[in-house]
Amino acid sequence: MSSHDISEDNLPQKQAHAHGALGVADKDNPFADPGLPPHEHRIQDVDEKAAKRSERIVAGLFTLSMLATVGFIAAFVALPVDKIIYVFPLGHISALNFSLGLTLGVALFAIGAGAVHWARTLMSDVEVAAERHPIEASPEVREQVFADFKEGVTESGIGFGRRKLIRNTLLGALTLVPLSGVVLLRELGPMPGTKLRHTLWSKGKLLVNMNTHEPLRASDISVGSLTFAMPEGLHEHDHDFQKEIAKAALMLVRLEPADIKDKRELEWSHEGIVAYSKICTHVGCPISLYEQQTHHVLCPCHQSTFDLADGARVIFGPAGHALPQLRIGVNDEGYLEALGDFEEPVGPAFWERGES
Amino acid sequence: MSNAASNESSRSRGKAPAGERVADWADGRLGIFSLAKANMRKIFPDHWSFMLGEVCLYSFIIIILTGVYLTLFFHPSMAEVEYHGSFVPLQGQLMSQAFESTVNISFEVRGGLLIRQIHHWAAIVFLAGMFVHMMRVFFTGAFRKPREINWLFGFLLFVLGMFTGFTGYSLPDDLLSGTGIRFMQGAILSIPVVGTYVSMFLFGGEFPGTDIIARFYSIHILLLPGIMLGLVVAHLILVFYHKHTQFAGPGRTNKNVVGMPLLPVYMAKAGGFFFLVFGVIAVMSAIATINPIWNIGPYRPDQVSTNAQPDWYMGFSEGLIRIMPGWEINFWGHTLVLGVFIPLMVFGLVMVAIAVYPFIESWVTGDKREHHILDRPRNAPTRTAFGAAWIALYFVLLVGGGNDLWATHFNLSINAITWFVRIGMFVVPVLVFIATKRICLGLQRRDKDKVLHGRESGIIKRLPHGEFIEVHEPLSQEQLHTLTAHEQYKPAEIGPTVDENGVERKVKASEKLRAKLSQGYYGEGNQIEKPTLEEFKEIEAGHGHH
Repeated sequence: MSSHDISEDNLPQKQAHAHGALGVADKDNPFADPGLPPHEHRIQDVDEKAAKRSERIVAGLFTLSMLATVGFIAAFVALPVDKIIYVFPLGHISALNFSLGLTLGVALFAIGAGAVHWARTLMSDVEVAAERHPIEASPEVREQVFADFKEGVTESGIGFGRRKLIRNTLLGALTLVPLSGVVLLRELGPMPGTKLRHTLWSKGKLLVNMNTHEPLRASDISVGSLTFAMPEGLHEHDHDFQKEIAKAALMLVRLEPADIKDKRELEWSHEGIVAYSKICTHVGCPISLYEQQTHHVLCPCHQSTFDLADGARVIFGPAGHALPQLRIGVNDEGYLEALGDFEEPVGPAFWERGES
Repeated sequence: MSNAASNESSRSRGKAPAGERVADWADGRLGIFSLAKANMRKIFPDHWSFMLGEVCLYSFIIIILTGVYLTLFFHPSMAEVEYHGSFVPLQGQLMSQAFESTVNISFEVRGGLLIRQIHHWAAIVFLAGMFVHMMRVFFTGAFRKPREINWLFGFLLFVLGMFTGFTGYSLPDDLLSGTGIRFMQGAILSIPVVGTYVSMFLFGGEFPGTDIIARFYSIHILLLPGIMLGLVVAHLILVFYHKHTQFAGPGRTNKNVVGMPLLPVYMAKAGGFFFLVFGVIAVMSAIATINPIWNIGPYRPDQVSTNAQPDWYMGFSEGLIRIMPGWEINFWGHTLVLGVFIPLMVFGLVMVAIAVYPFIESWVTGDKREHHILDRPRNAPTRTAFGAAWIALYFVLLVGGGNDLWATHFNLSINAITWFVRIGMFVVPVLVFIATKRICLGLQRRDKDKVLHGRESGIIKRLPHGEFIEVHEPLSQEQLHTLTAHEQYKPAEIGPTVDENGVERKVKASEKLRAKLSQGYYGEGNQIEKPTLEEFKEIEAGHGHH
């Protein structure tokens, strides 16, 4: 990819007029650089009254800042932390937050405004030119550096083939030593194993209403409603509740059995009640929007849409496969129960998932 | 010895003012005088767009200051507790200590809410500032030699800033940010072969586990900001070392830098600007609530709210994930989750495109000279068009990331918006590219016209024979120089394919590509030849000016 392949004629020629001699108004070349324009005086440069006015403004701003800081401390001391006030058009807001923020804002802003006004009106605004120096070193310096480097490498003996053994073993040691650090990272977490394939559901586990914590009967599920359930034995105070609910969360709807298009779905349902994993197969958001007319559920995060009347297959959005269904039935006492675990992993797909 | 002599003299200055004596003391140990000699009156050019980088620097400082304060009260623990604080709606609810302590910072710690909001607002300003600052640098060509490495530093700061922001807003362990972490975990799972392992290791087991907040905490307050602080310092050192760029103008050349000295003008302006930025963010935090986690509630993996949105700078990745069709390939008992993995890769590519652009352009131009004079965007039409196309892509994806909001606010079909974004992410950047280039070329033509025929004065004159003309005023030499100071490349051409002996030379594919790109950048119709002296003089001599 060296640029030697292509001639460098395409680079702009050193244009005579582009960077012409500084300050020379060239009659022949109207494009030439006329040099820095003469300094134009501001009113403060020529009128002492205006300068005094600027001074007063700057000092006034600094004084305002001091007052605002006093106000900040006063607000901090005086206002209770839970006082809510109505401020138009902001609505009901915390009085303390509002006054602390405003006073701090003014205290800071006034310092800034004062400093900028000072710089703009009272400090010299004469533009000065400074020379740039090339970043690259001169050829002599370059040669010197290379020579020094060569000397240093030669003195160490590792360069130019003399002490290859030292060089190679050193490289080997330096390559291996970070491995210890990598190995230590092993302790960050367990191996995946089959963890992602199992949930708390198993044969005979009752379906417990997520809100009332009562076991669900078939009669509790009415047509058109969306009910959330979790397995019996799981409690919100359990230390692994979050982890378990992230896999076991279930949603129940009752469909007209005649509306169910998928044969297996009908088989796994009970009187038209179907149970599906609540965890989206896209990236794992809980699905929570149900459209009863169409039997569609929608994930509010990325809008994957599933048809609950047709095996919860994906009908729109980024999800890659249907929601896993839980096979349910009714026990002797009339409570809804699981007839096993999900047959496929719930939630987002992963490399080891494979086709179910 | 001269050293002894100078020590002698410094001792003899015993009666010097206190300030001088302190300076002498420090110089004897730190050599500050040599440093000051080089930098105290260093010249900084002035242009409004040069303050964008300052906004970033200052918001970064504000974030660090407020962040340290927040660590004094925040507990990065996922242990579940029952809330019994003063915010009534949450009482009795189970939540992690992280969430509880964030609520406490907001409602029990006096001024805590303000600092939290300043911290979050400053983060948003920081990212927005970097975004706009990078645009400034890009569109003016300030990334060219010798500043490519500083461009990379800035790019890294932008990317790290995004992830620091993400880990930061995830810390309160609220329902919204928890959903964001879940999304990240889903995306990690999609990585072929190692995805599940990475997920298990990152979360210390299955999602969500009890480790992730503490791990994000150390990443958010130590690892990432530590790297960023180093990069910021390196970035600034290079800005000092390279000296600032400037726009072309009378007296401003590639070999000088024209402006005001650091002491006092720039110091007062830049130092004052820090207070302005801080002040504005403080007022924003006083009047505009950001991330009211007490309304959102603690995270539960089985709950979610509608309108879930990340902070704005993550929005385009959200768009990618939302519009991607759900492709999954199953083979030999494995699943390739393209529907999630492709967006993850495209996210990386969109970012990397920024990083590599300076190197692509310098390869196309073959230009190895230093550039300190900025381009006006119109004078680099193809570059400007590329930048505008990138921004168009970014914003189309941002629309995709907020497709639910667009749907509810404008009564649109979410499916229609998704399809618009799916097609638009390919079409809109192309249209924007073409339109931007046309606009640039049009502006170049107008500049040329102004140089050759003068400025439209708005004065209509009636000539003796009845014709109406508009008087054009010739430009001053300053203006003429400014409008013609830019350099124009000629398109690179593949040299003769036959050498002097008549033997055919093999033309490498890269060579052909380079010539083609160069044609696209600088070929006919891709830039307007700037007026030459001859043209100018001919017109002046020909019919004078009206």
